[in-house]
Amino acid sequence: MTLAAPKEPEGAGDDPAPPPSRGGSLRRLFGLVRKESLQIVRDPSSISIAFVLPVALLLLFGYGVSLDAKHVPLALVIENPTSETASFAVSLANSPYFAPVMMPDRQRATEAMLAGDIEGIVVLRSDFARRLWSPEGSAIQVIVDGTDANTARIISGYVDGAWQKWLAHYASDLGQDLSPPVVVEQRVWFNAEVRSRNFLVPGLIAIIMTLIGTLLTAMVVAREWERGTMEALLVTPVRIGEILLGKLIPYFALGMGGMAISTGMAVWLFGVPFRGSLAALIVVSSLFMLTALGMGLLISTVARNQFVAGQVAIIVAFLPAFILSGFIFDIASMPPVVQLLTHVIPARYFVSALQTLFLAGTVRPIVLFNGAALFAMAVIFLALTRRKTSKSLE
Amino acid sequence: MWQRIAALIVKEFLAVWKDKRSRTVIVAPPLIQLLVFGYAATFDVTHVATAIYNEDSGLLSRELVARFQGSPNIDVVARLDRDGQIAEMIDPKRASLVIHIGQTFSRDMLAGRPATVQAIVDGRESNTALIILSYVNQIVSEFNREWSVASGRPPPPAVLVTRSWFNPNLESRWFIVPGIVALLTLVVTTVVTALTVAREREIGTFEQLLVTPFTPLEILIGKSMPALMIGLGEATLIVVVAVLWFRIPLLGSIPLLYAGLFLYILAVIGVGLMLSSLARTQQQAILGAFLFVVPAVILSGFATPIANMPPFIQDITLVNPMRYFLFIVRGIFLEDLPAPIVYAHLWPMAAIAVVTLAGAGWLFRHRAA
Repeated sequence: MTLAAPKEPEGAGDDPAPPPSRGGSLRRLFGLVRKESLQIVRDPSSISIAFVLPVALLLLFGYGVSLDAKHVPLALVIENPTSETASFAVSLANSPYFAPVMMPDRQRATEAMLAGDIEGIVVLRSDFARRLWSPEGSAIQVIVDGTDANTARIISGYVDGAWQKWLAHYASDLGQDLSPPVVVEQRVWFNAEVRSRNFLVPGLIAIIMTLIGTLLTAMVVAREWERGTMEALLVTPVRIGEILLGKLIPYFALGMGGMAISTGMAVWLFGVPFRGSLAALIVVSSLFMLTALGMGLLISTVARNQFVAGQVAIIVAFLPAFILSGFIFDIASMPPVVQLLTHVIPARYFVSALQTLFLAGTVRPIVLFNGAALFAMAVIFLALTRRKTSKSLE
Repeated sequence: MWQRIAALIVKEFLAVWKDKRSRTVIVAPPLIQLLVFGYAATFDVTHVATAIYNEDSGLLSRELVARFQGSPNIDVVARLDRDGQIAEMIDPKRASLVIHIGQTFSRDMLAGRPATVQAIVDGRESNTALIILSYVNQIVSEFNREWSVASGRPPPPAVLVTRSWFNPNLESRWFIVPGIVALLTLVVTTVVTALTVAREREIGTFEQLLVTPFTPLEILIGKSMPALMIGLGEATLIVVVAVLWFRIPLLGSIPLLYAGLFLYILAVIGVGLMLSSLARTQQQAILGAFLFVVPAVILSGFATPIANMPPFIQDITLVNPMRYFLFIVRGIFLEDLPAPIVYAHLWPMAAIAVVTLAGAGWLFRHRAA
């Protein structure tokens, strides 16, 4: 682990940081950065927050969170088996989305559904084959378990697909053309197989980086306040800007290290395509990292207590990033008031930029807009932190 | 003996309630979360920004476009007139859906040839993409059905009649809000119990408690009661808000719901007390609580179904008490779950509670401070 600890935070220098350091202060700054880096290397807890936490969370979320329904257990009740019902059963069984289970009657199927063993019921009535030839046609009853509304909707879409396939087969076997007058040709851009992992993993990286960036600085700096070492630092000749910069640089490097690991895992372990430019990814993540670190610094400066800082970091950074960032829940479908609220969540911009960079490529308007928003937030948080810190000096 | 335990319970209650920090943790965040989750956490897709690219001048294509415009879930935001504009709409997310009707659409339909409509969807949000496609298919099927009747084509020999039980309009709020009962009870109970022993260890009063005549069992009961009461109270509040504010139907048996809640809270208290005995400081206890709560929520089926997880992760979920209570609370709210099925999910929680509580009692004595 110590090997991974960054000693020289390169590339961090050309990032926008608020107070410009002049002449001889460069040496002071270097000394501060060295002090913070040593502190990080010697304290296993911040290393583990930056490197172990992303790996653990990405594994947990990457495997645990999936919206892809496959092999859905479905009860198939055939009241009167004929060759027609058999052909329908085969078309269901051939679909990769279903694992049909034969059940003797609806009663049994209903019980299985209540027990959570199956998620839907397809009933072919005893008059199924006979009514196929009647003018009003036969009815295939489909019952889905609406408790999980999202899964129910997806399942009923899949049943619909299986039914249309069966119809086409059945008709062509009889030499008839039953193709519908209008056919929908589906094109899902950027994610042709509609894999939910491709959409969730980039969002997850944003959540994890929020957690790391904010929690890391919030907890660690609050500890300095708690122990009184922050005051000790404030009475030395170093300027406040230098102290903040001295804290930002090493943690920035640490956070970007975590980001690199997460991106590597996304691409090589979870097989998410990366279609954008690496440079754009680095710029956007740097801006986001600065925002998250700024937020963490601000929280710790205001709270000055690890317990409160940890709680506040989770409530104002983690939870909103999880629910209001568009990572899993669609922002456009939220009530208007909540939609307005999402604009002050930094993770919202990062999630959107990451999803685009990974799946679509470097789409200029999206990258520029989200980058600008993150830049503005970083400036605001860092400026606020600086003001709060200087005030408390007297 | 009972008097002693009563005194201990009163003491533990005061310890939780007198501490301003733990009081804030118990009251404020859950209420905020309930409101934010209740309103923001939805899988429903409405207001789909849609662009129409209609190259056909016939009446039939205009008829189809009108159906898209009339759909309550679709907002037509732009009309396109060349291919290149499709990417200009989808790439910067100005539209999530583009409907492309080719030049020969009306001609094909009138000639009885299959006509195609292209639906281009932004796949960056895969779940939304699937739902949008199902809207498109619904609109087109309806159009097909009416056209078939009007043009005298034979109807399909069999049709699907789909019904959704327990939640006829498929509102995802009905799924999320009962889940919040399980979620917030987990968070509050874990935090309250995680702090109790750790706080005393930090101050040094836990050793004093251990040398009193109290048996570990009595200490266990004393430490569990406040969390049990707070957990039950908080869960009751959320159930009331779910029914009266969010209007979620509560069809099942309330005693069964409380039986589940009781065992669930006990199981969580056991975990919280174990974490608390292992932690040296409150800091570590809170971190431990976080490391328990996050995986417990993710692996419970709260947001995404357990059935979608890989098999070995599904096996891990078997030791997660939230998984069982989530099933019970959703079932009792929406399905009026029969008692035998509830029992089948009660005993695993009882087993987890016994193991974790016994473990906590053992750790009280054997974990050197």
